[in-house]
Amino acid sequence: MASQISITGFVALYIFMLAAFAGWVIIGRVPAILHTPLMSGSNFVHGIVVVGGLFALLNASTITEQAIGFAAVLLGAGNAAGGYAVTGRMLAMFQPSGHNAGPAKPHHSKKG
Amino acid sequence: MLPLISELTIGAADLGAAFLLMYGLKRMSSPVTAPSGIFVAGIGMLVAIFASFLYVFDVSAEAKPYLPVNIGLAVLALALGGGVAWLSGKKVAMTAMPQMVALYNGMGGGAAGAIAAVELFGGKTAGATQLGMTLLGALIGAVSLSGSLIAWAKLDGVINQPLRFTGQQAVNGLVMLATLGLGGYLLFLAESGSVPLVALPQLIGLFFALALIFGILMTLPIGGADMPVVISIYNAFTGLAVGFEGFVLQNPALMIAGMVVGAAGTLLTLLMAKAMNRSVSNVVFTNFGGAPKHKQGAIKGSLKPVEAGDAGIFMRYAKEVIIVPGYGLAVAQGQQKLYEFVKLLQAAGVTVKFAVHPVAGRMPGQMDVLLAEAGVPYDLIFQLEDINDEFATADVALVIGANDVVNPAARTDKSSPIFGMPILNVDKAKQVYVVKRGQGKGYAGIVNLLFYGDNCNMVYGDAQAVLVQMIEAVRGLGTAAAA
Repeated sequence: MASQISITGFVALYIFMLAAFAGWVIIGRVPAILHTPLMSGSNFVHGIVVVGGLFALLNASTITEQAIGFAAVLLGAGNAAGGYAVTGRMLAMFQPSGHNAGPAKPHHSKKG
Repeated sequence: MLPLISELTIGAADLGAAFLLMYGLKRMSSPVTAPSGIFVAGIGMLVAIFASFLYVFDVSAEAKPYLPVNIGLAVLALALGGGVAWLSGKKVAMTAMPQMVALYNGMGGGAAGAIAAVELFGGKTAGATQLGMTLLGALIGAVSLSGSLIAWAKLDGVINQPLRFTGQQAVNGLVMLATLGLGGYLLFLAESGSVPLVALPQLIGLFFALALIFGILMTLPIGGADMPVVISIYNAFTGLAVGFEGFVLQNPALMIAGMVVGAAGTLLTLLMAKAMNRSVSNVVFTNFGGAPKHKQGAIKGSLKPVEAGDAGIFMRYAKEVIIVPGYGLAVAQGQQKLYEFVKLLQAAGVTVKFAVHPVAGRMPGQMDVLLAEAGVPYDLIFQLEDINDEFATADVALVIGANDVVNPAARTDKSSPIFGMPILNVDKAKQVYVVKRGQGKGYAGIVNLLFYGDNCNMVYGDAQAVLVQMIEAVRGLGTAAAA
């Protein structure tokens, strides 16, 4: 992917370690009331795997690679789009007192 | 020159995307900023996806002839996968959210596994570290894919019964060992350069098949009630797989996003297991339904049924009412009626609060979402540790569709299977009403001591029907009584 720079063993471990701490701290502060949207939100975040799928597909040079790469992009795109759709819907439902007397609209959508 | 520019642009775009994803996730930590959080993360994702198309300027010589077709395939896959998932995500019912999340999660795991497959079949990995990481990502991704699909099938009711047989754990262990052994053999082949006994593609195919089978075998025996923990585990798994494949592709954005989710998912899994009073290994390796029969001690007291209308009127004249909703409320589709009743009580000057147990629902926090969907403001919803002391001063605790999470046996009866589980101290309230379909037990099959308490009355019936009767009874008092 990047020929000039390369992330070797220990640098990778540093990145993994710091990212793991970041994830732990960010999620640790989320109130339990948001745990479902948070799980689907983090589910959405790992949808970034679609980027790796695109790399694999665009560099495919055999039918097999094309087929598997296609599957990777298809699944990754589903992960990202679906995760965003459900998380956005759920979060839009959380309203404070006095904001809106009626129930949240189930199809309130945002472009994204 | 063009490849260098595209490389720098992709690098900058991925950096920006990683920042936006993390920042978005952080903003999701409060209900006030959360909707903007997912929006920010969404922009990050779009930036990363569009920048990915710059790879076309930097493809290898042998992939050049395929490029036009590959670009077409990429656009098609994005539109198809993204479109179908988007539409299904927009219309799925909130009660079906756990299986939907399981499904999207399986897709992510499958994508990570597929990337690994491209690398492995193409022989593109260089060195033991990279090959090892690829295999690890492939294993975790494949397990997450097949396991999530089984979890989806269970939550959706496609599979109703946990599948268990004797020696199951031994079989699972053997499949796991075989998968790891085969992975080790693949590593050895690459390092030593010796000739494999079976053609390499077949070996790699077998590796994936074993990993997929292991995911299925591991999930099949786990009961429906434990699914929240399982979804959470697979969410973490997919994150890890994405992180490892990010290393293989030398893409730090994937590494960071994957590992953040891996850590977050692990934390959520532990929180969830703790709330259910079980360890994670206990959920995965033992079968709750197969637990030895628990001898119930003698029960003092009796069940005392009352009419829904009388209970409703009693609450109308209370000072403070705490409502404990459980999944049974969602099954009866009673959330809207419940909030209607709550608004009547509020109009009459009653303080109403909701107490939500961490495992109310079939994934962490699902009850909060279901209440929010019905329009309940989030400042009325309290979590176990924030409200548990308040039951002692509340006039009424109204339990709807919840059972094991309000059973005082968890505090008092050392022989009870739920002993030690954090529960809502509903029994401390001056008056308790339990709305329940019938006299059945909770999923753990334990008699609930709460129901036999002197301060407890049972209101039998469908939650929605009961709430309608309560609403009518309170409305029937008329404006004179409300004034």
